[in-house]
Amino acid sequence: MQDEPTPIELTKSVADFLRTDIAPLISGHQAFKLRVAINILDLVTRQLMQEEGSDAAEVERLRALLGIDGSVTELNRALADRIASGEVDLTTPGLAEHLWATTMDKLAVDQPNYASYKREQGRGG
Amino acid sequence: MIEAELSRSVVRWYPGATGVTGAAKLSGGASQETWRFDIMHPNGPIGAILRRSPKGYGAAPTRAAGLAVEAQLMQLAFEAGVPSPRVMHVLTAEDDLGTGFIMQRIDGETIARKILRDDMFAAARPHLARQIGGVLAGLHRLPLDKLPELRGRGATQEISEFERDYRSLDWPKPVFELALRWLRDHDPGPSVETTLVHGDFRNGNLIIGPDGVRAVLDWELAHLGDPMEDLGWVCVNSWRFGEIDKPVGGFGTREELFAGYEAAGREVDPARVKFWEVMGTLRWGIMCGGMMQRFREGPDHSMERAMIGRRASETEIDLLRLLAPRGS
Repeated sequence: MQDEPTPIELTKSVADFLRTDIAPLISGHQAFKLRVAINILDLVTRQLMQEEGSDAAEVERLRALLGIDGSVTELNRALADRIASGEVDLTTPGLAEHLWATTMDKLAVDQPNYASYKREQGRGG
Repeated sequence: MIEAELSRSVVRWYPGATGVTGAAKLSGGASQETWRFDIMHPNGPIGAILRRSPKGYGAAPTRAAGLAVEAQLMQLAFEAGVPSPRVMHVLTAEDDLGTGFIMQRIDGETIARKILRDDMFAAARPHLARQIGGVLAGLHRLPLDKLPELRGRGATQEISEFERDYRSLDWPKPVFELALRWLRDHDPGPSVETTLVHGDFRNGNLIIGPDGVRAVLDWELAHLGDPMEDLGWVCVNSWRFGEIDKPVGGFGTREELFAGYEAAGREVDPARVKFWEVMGTLRWGIMCGGMMQRFREGPDHSMERAMIGRRASETEIDLLRLLAPRGS
């Protein structure tokens, strides 16, 4: 077991430093690059906080949907193959719900401010 | 210094020009650059833009039409009254500037978010969807016999190409698979009419002024195909920049776009437009995957490129909204 602070706390401290202390000192193209860098650290922080839970839920749904076991990567590959072959489609019970849940979890990490995501989040689904 | 070459070039073909000043690079990857500069002239400076592939970067990527073709298309569009910069000069070996062209610089804004938010464009915004319909109608009416040689791409071929691009990424994405199935099931086949297709007509590639559309830029993906492709692409959600209830670039409705197109004497096939919107959404998603791959393997190890890879999920939610919408 590694010591603390956790990677989440460490990453967040760097992002906060760049945002609060460095961003006001920089302008032009470098300021744009710095914003991208801060966005990356924020994304990493969100992923570190959410990935474990969302992956576990995704694996649970995929096992039920496919009737097989495997890692989250293996199960995604299997689902992709079954959709490609036509074996699974939107009439398959649970597919649409699974894809929506998985995609919402990805947006929560990648782009929580994306307008389509905020709209769908408002549906409470 | 690029100003020396540009000065030697302009004095040869611009009557009265004495040189150039204020050259500044606006954007540039490894293979293509855009520069702004002013041509010095006794009657006052003339704003100009250079688009070029520097020496040693002659080969165009497979999908791109190439700068010489781009110059020809812009000039044809300009002559036909489609808002477009006038091409002033196509580079020759004598210019020693690589391959490309010099065009008139048009004042206005290309940054989509500014166009959608700034007060300066408030009066123009409500008219843009309809106006874009008219501009696309003009573009699709450019006479085929005058066009340079272009690749032809129909729906069926595009599905296969995108599937190949996607499979080459080895990036299994159930939502993309679903979209590919949907596209194959809804393939409209060859279009009744084949026209010039701009290929990247969207908010971000248009120069907009307070009076509306001033120029259509970035013709490098132009090809021959189904004119409805351009109407679908301009509606892809990623080009609405947050204004998701205004499908046409965040400006207005499909009905306004279609009305502008039809008022200019051309017909719309809404089912085909929807097909191309789904195709366009998947296309942008696969392009995000390509960015991720180039970030990993290629010379461009930039943070920006890495983050575009993480934009693939925005196309997944937009594909689900199109193909498996949840109740309202």
